[in-house]
Amino acid sequence: MATTQSSTKKRKSASSGANGAKPDVPGVSAEKLLEFYNQMVYVRLFEEACQRAFRQGRVGGYLHVYIGQEAVAVGLLDTYQPEDRVITAYRDHAHALLLGSPPNEVMAELYGKGTGIVKGKGGSMHLFDVPNGLMGGYGIVGGHIPLGVGMAYAMAYQQTGGIVQLYFGDGAIHNGAYHEAANLAGLWGKSGMNPTLFILENNQYGMGTSVERATANTDLGSKFASYGIEHEKVDGMDVVAMNEAAHRLSKQVRETGVPFAIEAMTYRIAPHGAADFLEKYRSKEEVKEARKRDPIGLLEQRILDAGAADEEALETIRKANKEIADAAVTFAEESPDPDIAELYTDVYADSPEVHSA
Amino acid sequence: MPVMTYRDAIKSAMAEEMERDESVVLLGEDIGLYGGTHLVTDGLLDKFGSKRVIDTPIAEGGFTGAAIGMAMMGMRPIVEMMTWNFSFQAADQIIQNAAKIRYFSGGQASVPLVIRGPNGGGVQLSAQHTHSLEGFYGHFPGLKVVAPVTPHDAKGMMIEAIRDPDPVLILEAGALYGTKGEVPEGEYTVEFGKARIAREGTDVSLIGYGRQVNLLLKVAERLQADEGITAEVIDVRSIRPFDEETLVNSVMKTNRAVVVEEQWRWFSVASEVAASIQEHAFDYLDAPVERVSGAETPAPYARNLEAAAFPNEEQIIDAVRRVAYRRA
Ligand SMILES: Cc1ncc(C[n+]2csc(CCOP(=O)(O)OP(=O)(O)O)c2C)c(N)n1
Repeated sequence: MATTQSSTKKRKSASSGANGAKPDVPGVSAEKLLEFYNQMVYVRLFEEACQRAFRQGRVGGYLHVYIGQEAVAVGLLDTYQPEDRVITAYRDHAHALLLGSPPNEVMAELYGKGTGIVKGKGGSMHLFDVPNGLMGGYGIVGGHIPLGVGMAYAMAYQQTGGIVQLYFGDGAIHNGAYHEAANLAGLWGKSGMNPTLFILENNQYGMGTSVERATANTDLGSKFASYGIEHEKVDGMDVVAMNEAAHRLSKQVRETGVPFAIEAMTYRIAPHGAADFLEKYRSKEEVKEARKRDPIGLLEQRILDAGAADEEALETIRKANKEIADAAVTFAEESPDPDIAELYTDVYADSPEVHSA
Repeated sequence: MPVMTYRDAIKSAMAEEMERDESVVLLGEDIGLYGGTHLVTDGLLDKFGSKRVIDTPIAEGGFTGAAIGMAMMGMRPIVEMMTWNFSFQAADQIIQNAAKIRYFSGGQASVPLVIRGPNGGGVQLSAQHTHSLEGFYGHFPGLKVVAPVTPHDAKGMMIEAIRDPDPVLILEAGALYGTKGEVPEGEYTVEFGKARIAREGTDVSLIGYGRQVNLLLKVAERLQADEGITAEVIDVRSIRPFDEETLVNSVMKTNRAVVVEEQWRWFSVASEVAASIQEHAFDYLDAPVERVSGAETPAPYARNLEAAAFPNEEQIIDAVRRVAYRRA
């Protein structure tokens, strides 16, 4: 019970900032602010390129972009160590890009090309980059959460010193898989066997269902507390706040092997999926209002206010990232389709033998 | 006869039954305010209110189980699986409870439940979002499993399902919601356990279900035009109960059969069809029954790989040539 209590205390003392979240801390270097800006713009422009390609019919299947949520992954993945692992759902492009996946290969994957990061087999929802620590994007809501908890157990068992950054959405927290896994994490954490940093990306909606329409207990943090997992609410639109929490809490999880949960208060500015035009569940005004706290806009303002850079320097950053996104599109467009023989590879470790006519 | 989309056929069946019977309610993710991800329930929240059109959190196991409980109390819930891919999270409830409660209660309890939603692939949704589960769910005694392909059957089977005293799974053809067809005016049902002869023929029986039926009809036209082969096309449509008679009678007439399915071949519906034919029409067969199935791999994303993973016209025509001992 001690953990639950201390987490409640933390949340109370932190409830004065935006979204009732922890106010950010000053003292981040100009260099770091620009690095964040560069990364957030990188993700945003890449996602916009994906959306265009989807509208042109060059990208198929489902496409879920990260627009509006960039500060969350940017702030957190800044703490990534080579022994760490990252796992998330289908809204996974940002995580791959920030962990160092080649943008060309990510875009080629969305185009279903043989040069894609998973050979054109998985598409947008299933980006993997195991060498860079990305243990996958997953398509079934909640389904990946137990995996992350198991990975954390393995790290403790193997004494690698790593932690798992386990991302999931506010819709997923109502899924049974979450509850079973969170209980395990809390339990295993009692003996230091679960270095999981849960990251609840509370973007307010699971598809068309707002948090209030999904649960009677909208204090989502309490859903960690009930499994003995400490938690903290952070302003997910503020990359500096995210980053401060990320450093402090990843260190704690790494040192103790005890899970911790960050509830990142963010907003999905983009539609749920690129094909969802009807947004009957929220008003245009609401989205407009949210855009005022666009994480990139907020950071831009902060950079300019602090005199960390001028508009011209920011424009240079935007241009450079636009070029990266454009180059990725060109690469994807010019890449060959996967070889048909690839259909039968990777089903088992060794043999493509079992297949039908 | 009025013409209606597959989507509207299902919707009108549900709406009419909801008008007729207060115990019918709908549950599922984003079926109310959002109108359903495939708009099958669009407008029903306004019409019937939130006690009867229940938006749920993303908790398939929970709300499917709850629907089973409702059904045991005499309600007639219709659960929408946003897609059948998510039903694995509810499979424990479907298989361990819905399918068996009548039996292990010695007939004291029943589960008049409908679970419906889109199924099947073809739109690059890749491995976790592409399944044809007719064989999977068809395996379990206690469940009824149907796969309508025409708007006519979609409506008639939906009404039949709602009135059925046992759990019925409707595996809709996700790719076909916008397709149109004739739907009779007034109330009608389509009986389970009866296959449909979609095209009469004498030379070979082409057997399938779901969106494959449309593919078979196209192939049949080509066979007629290019090879002078008159194919009979049979839409299995009811997986459990399963209509052996119609299939067997067809093969007794044509002496040849090609069975086509999108799902994996091993332990599949096509395997069951082939087994039934050899059991009941062995002496009539002029060639071994051919199965054309999905590739034995999880579904790939890339367009070309996906196309290669599912049955296509050429594969089916090749199979027909083999059973007819013809050369290309
Ligand atoms: C088990 C399951 N049910 C339904 C879906 C369909 N679906 C895909 S995303 C989604 C919403 C998830 O919301 P959330 O977890 O908040 O993540 P977000 O999309 O906001 O990032 C739904 C219902 C699914 N993929 N898996």
